[in-house]
Amino acid sequence: MSQARTIIDKVWDAHVVAEQPGAPALLYIDLHLVHEVTSPQAFSGLRTRGVKVRRPDLTLATADHNVPTTDRRLPIQDPVSAKQVAQLETNCREFGITCYGVASERQGVVHVIGPELGLTQPGMTVVCGDSHTATHGAFGALAFGIGTSQVEQVLATQCLLQHRSKRFRVEVSGALRPGVTAKDVILALIARIGTGGATGYVFEYGGAAIRALSMDERMTITNMSIEAGARAGLIAPDDTTFEYVCGRPFAPKGADWDRAVALWKKLPSEAGAHYDAQTGIDASSLEPMITFGTSPGMGIPIGGAIPDPAGIADPIERESVRKALAYMALEPGKPLAGHPVDVVFVGSCTNGRIADLRQAASVLKGRKVSPKVRTLIVPGSNEVKRLAEAEGLDKIFRAAGAEWREAGCSMCLAMNGDQLRPGEYSVSTSNRNFEGRQGPGGRTFLASPLTAAATAVAGVIADVRTML
Amino acid sequence: MKPFTKLESRLVPLLIDNIDTDQIMPARFLKTTSKDGLGEALFCDWRYDAAGKPKPDFILNEPRARGAEILLAGDNFGCGSSREHAPWGLTQFGFRAVISTSFADIFRGNSLKNSLLPIVVSTEVHAELRALGEDARVTVDLASQTLRLPDGRAVEFPIDAFSKRCLLDGVDELEYILQQEKAIAAFEARRDLSLNTLQPAR
Repeated sequence: MSQARTIIDKVWDAHVVAEQPGAPALLYIDLHLVHEVTSPQAFSGLRTRGVKVRRPDLTLATADHNVPTTDRRLPIQDPVSAKQVAQLETNCREFGITCYGVASERQGVVHVIGPELGLTQPGMTVVCGDSHTATHGAFGALAFGIGTSQVEQVLATQCLLQHRSKRFRVEVSGALRPGVTAKDVILALIARIGTGGATGYVFEYGGAAIRALSMDERMTITNMSIEAGARAGLIAPDDTTFEYVCGRPFAPKGADWDRAVALWKKLPSEAGAHYDAQTGIDASSLEPMITFGTSPGMGIPIGGAIPDPAGIADPIERESVRKALAYMALEPGKPLAGHPVDVVFVGSCTNGRIADLRQAASVLKGRKVSPKVRTLIVPGSNEVKRLAEAEGLDKIFRAAGAEWREAGCSMCLAMNGDQLRPGEYSVSTSNRNFEGRQGPGGRTFLASPLTAAATAVAGVIADVRTML
Repeated sequence: MKPFTKLESRLVPLLIDNIDTDQIMPARFLKTTSKDGLGEALFCDWRYDAAGKPKPDFILNEPRARGAEILLAGDNFGCGSSREHAPWGLTQFGFRAVISTSFADIFRGNSLKNSLLPIVVSTEVHAELRALGEDARVTVDLASQTLRLPDGRAVEFPIDAFSKRCLLDGVDELEYILQQEKAIAAFEARRDLSLNTLQPAR
């Protein structure tokens, strides 16, 4: 009898094109997502080599990082951004790739539109020149970010040279309590194992708390796998997955659908399969999480105190935390709750889907955001925007005094003009609190859409559980 | 790709853990459509003040950084974004190797494709390197996978056989993959029998 395999092994094994001695495996890629920032030099490389895109039918592009979230009928004001977005459309035309550009009704953050169009499916290999490609792992796909050299390789050959990763099982048992979300689960995991804690591994998330989550929420968790160092994170597909995929524009139909589901049901890890590392989290013990520093692993429960670097034995780690607190202008030992903020950002590939906007709206409904806080609500895609407006969420946001904007990456990484001013504090539902991530000198607290909305109302970092 | 064989250099210490690629190359420099001009932007927000003047106390602005080709960094160097602009910036500045106790996966892979050698050492060796004088030089020999310290001791470092071969010979990975056209075509032909047979409908 063959050895029990994890879902990670099953997807890997099904995509190995060749394995030569002394070389990594050649892995076939089912879906290649492309955006404007990490692709121009790859297309230039193809031109220099005189090579075509091997499978334009398995490649899809959109513009997301540089696009304004204001009136789309106007041209992009920043000429450098405008040029990069235009270059993407030119490249896609020349190489025969479908591109959902700024004017497309299907435009959105690349990791939001892949799933919502039904392009992302269980058992696939998915890559994109973006580290948050891990998002697509929520469907039981092996999905990981790549650099521009590898974007060029996949465009040219639909393949990548890869070493097999180690497997890391994360078992999330129990049930989340009110006010605690998928975002808090992943922030708690990263705080526990550190930003490099899963380097060299691929996560598989499982357990009752994961099973209970919607696809939107599962994507929040897999999205941030990279913030713990794991290149990918998978969740075995189940009925929740199949219900989500069914009927979407690129999903299989009719007899193909039945055949697909039968195959997808064989994906979950088998009993006794080997993992190289594992950890468990009791969901019922979690509180809303928030970060205090400049690395996603620097997170604490909302009621906790900012740690004191003086207590850290390792000299470099101590200096790193001290530097982070100096950048954030925070004092050890103090609570974060009650700290004033200037901006609240709800959006991004981490928390820019309809479930996230519903969470934010549930807090903002019938309330007003503090006049001291600028609140940006940025849907992850045009489709998310349409859904939200059909439900009337836009009216709730506007009535609360928040800005309801167009779809894109926006203030997650501040490439499109949406950014913090030096010294400003934000509570952000995005994935990175790195120095300057949301604008040079900007200071970011990462949290869930519920915590973000509660903070917008209070004007200071707030525990949403007091508003439920 | 430029071959990498040997290197002798002073070290430039940047002793912070978890230095992310947003620090190495801030996002606003990613709007470019070429690979050029990124050396100037390397560590921009640590290197220059708001007015664009070099900060005298930042290591890359100190005399000892001039001409040095090895960065000595804290743990988990290169975490975060997949931007290859990070190794492009490092190599354009003049670095050819980075030494740390660990590297983020994507950064490591991107570096190897740009002749930038990520060298992993133990915490003990890292501490020894930190204690070296400003003018101390170390030698990297890729063929023997060794780092030679100023006192003559040689410390081995790990690297997978394929990446080592590519660096030593300056092999371009894409050319290597293109040579496997037959295997790729055969895989595509038999895919219908594999687990994942369903291609996105158009």
